[in-house]
Amino acid sequence: MTDTSPSQLFRSMLRIRRIEEALAERYTEQEMRCPMHLCIGQEAIAVGVCASLKREDLVYSNHRAHGHYLAKGGNLNAMIAELYGRASGCCGGRGGSMHMIDMDVGFMGATPIVGGTVPLAVGTAWACALKDTGQVTVVFFGDGCFEEGVVHESLNFAALHRLPILFVCENNNFSVYTRREERQPDRPIHLLAGAHGITAYSGNGNDVQEVLNASRRAVESIRSGHGPQFLEFHTYRWREHCGPNFDDQLGYRSKQEIEAGMNDCPIANYVEKINFKNTSITQQEAEIRAEITAAFEFALSSQTPTIKDAEGKVYA
Amino acid sequence: MPEAPSHEITFAQAVREGFEQAMEQDQNVIVIGEGVPDPKAIFTTTSGLREKFGHRRVFDMPLSENGLTGVCIGAALQGIRPVLVHQRIDFALLSMDQLVNNAAKWHYMFDGKASVPLVVRMIVGRGWGQGPQHSQSLQSMFAQVPGMKVVMPTTGYDAKGMLIAAIKDDNPVLIIEHRWLHQIKDVVPLGPYDAPLHKAKVLHEGSDVTVAAFSYMTVEALVAAKALLSTMGVSIEVIDMRSVRPLDTETVLSSVKKTGRLIVADTAFRTGSIAGEVIAQIVEKGFNALKAKPVRIASPDFPAPTSQYMSEHYYPDARTIAEAVIDLVEGPRSTGGYAQLKIDIHPRGRHDTPNQEFTGPF
Repeated sequence: MTDTSPSQLFRSMLRIRRIEEALAERYTEQEMRCPMHLCIGQEAIAVGVCASLKREDLVYSNHRAHGHYLAKGGNLNAMIAELYGRASGCCGGRGGSMHMIDMDVGFMGATPIVGGTVPLAVGTAWACALKDTGQVTVVFFGDGCFEEGVVHESLNFAALHRLPILFVCENNNFSVYTRREERQPDRPIHLLAGAHGITAYSGNGNDVQEVLNASRRAVESIRSGHGPQFLEFHTYRWREHCGPNFDDQLGYRSKQEIEAGMNDCPIANYVEKINFKNTSITQQEAEIRAEITAAFEFALSSQTPTIKDAEGKVYA
Repeated sequence: MPEAPSHEITFAQAVREGFEQAMEQDQNVIVIGEGVPDPKAIFTTTSGLREKFGHRRVFDMPLSENGLTGVCIGAALQGIRPVLVHQRIDFALLSMDQLVNNAAKWHYMFDGKASVPLVVRMIVGRGWGQGPQHSQSLQSMFAQVPGMKVVMPTTGYDAKGMLIAAIKDDNPVLIIEHRWLHQIKDVVPLGPYDAPLHKAKVLHEGSDVTVAAFSYMTVEALVAAKALLSTMGVSIEVIDMRSVRPLDTETVLSSVKKTGRLIVADTAFRTGSIAGEVIAQIVEKGFNALKAKPVRIASPDFPAPTSQYMSEHYYPDARTIAEAVIDLVEGPRSTGGYAQLKIDIHPRGRHDTPNQEFTGPF
């Protein structure tokens, strides 16, 4: 069974935060030469949803995938090596940050075409239903996805065939630097899923316990054969759309808004809520730091692939 | 080796037989597409499959070409072997994103950790007023992307064998079928078999000119070959290219080494057609074998009009090929043989129906 104890939920969020902070710090060295989309501030959704799953359940993600990959149990060494373009990376260096995969833990893949993995997740759920495997498939995507036709095509098919799939919308209100108000009419995203005949819920994505509770209910309902479920979680992206920095200077969001967003930190909120002991936090920080250091060492000491490696594996 | 028992059936019947046998062999084979289980059953190529294999394996689908292509890719990643059917290739453009960005790349971008055993059948709907959006030949667009295999069976034998081989293949395979081939007969083995997805085939041997043809243009080339030989004694070698990616230019090159002259007959628009790619490769690999400049025969660079008055003379045919051959061999046009040739290859029936000079078997 997945460990959903408060200390594990806390640790999982903190680990994602610290790993991404370490990536941001080293990114300026210009050795990780791929676009990188950090999920700092959004950790509770990845952690809460994945905590409701079994190891054999399947997950797809998008360009902002580090948190989902790590929360599902993806291999950290392979992830960092991938960012460094090394042969030991999870895609052998062919993918970079936007193409995470670890099939050993059911992390089926992540790609950067918005909405692109949504039908794939539906198809995987369809296959699981046909084979009666009992697995649930989850797909993570953002609010921008709801402007893509393929997402509505996917919701329609999933509802029609009552497939075992959980749709998770991380609504951070931005598509790159464009606010949702400029892209969509004023209507709640989860109601669109509802209009497709899918049970939908909307909640606070910065409260890991709320995310876990909602996901558990949804996953149980899916497992008992009630078809797809949809969860919309509101959250906030702290850093720039793509890259390691804060982007206050761009002026597309106000200082007050950024401060309010960062004050609603899913990790700080949780520590306060569960009244965590400082000694335990210090110990977890130290363990995570050691793990991160080792992962960077692994990546940097891994073999560099060549153009010869790039030519292969076009066909199975 | 004794010949396998066979029967004479149409291309459409061969496709249907291929489906039935592939589905009997592997429980994971699923057929999905707009109209697959409907009364017309994709020009009868899927008739009776739902009755035999049930609703779980034989599907109609919502009008969501891109979404359902993605759904099939996701199912393929989980061990299903879906065959997606587009009744017109023009609708496959709606699924281009999923085909190009996901199906063609998944195996590569994830370092070979997963593969997409997906088959997509796309039908070119030429003729009888199909018009600008129902009759395009878009094989070169699909073949431009590494990671997908693109084949164009001409014969009933290949229609069945390539479908079975494509279903077994671990890669995404696009099968582009020309509607005008569906009623042509061929001798087809009764049991299941694979036809290669990467190899051209010589259908008519000759020594003066090589005609490398794709799909329905092979039929027109065979009509030209027969008439040229009997009326003017000009001998052309007809190669059915069969596969667009990978492209078997080795077979073309061997033939050109013998004939020294090359015509490539494609069903697509001239600019950017796969015919141009064949010629480029032959010029690169066998320039010295060429005795004359190579010739591209393809559709003109404007969309196919619907009106029968405008579509007449739009498509190249056996006459176009024969005239190009005579030009290449500098043959006489003042002889009785040439007059007879023109009679022999003049189309019977109307221009917007398949060539009745050849109805099979191959």
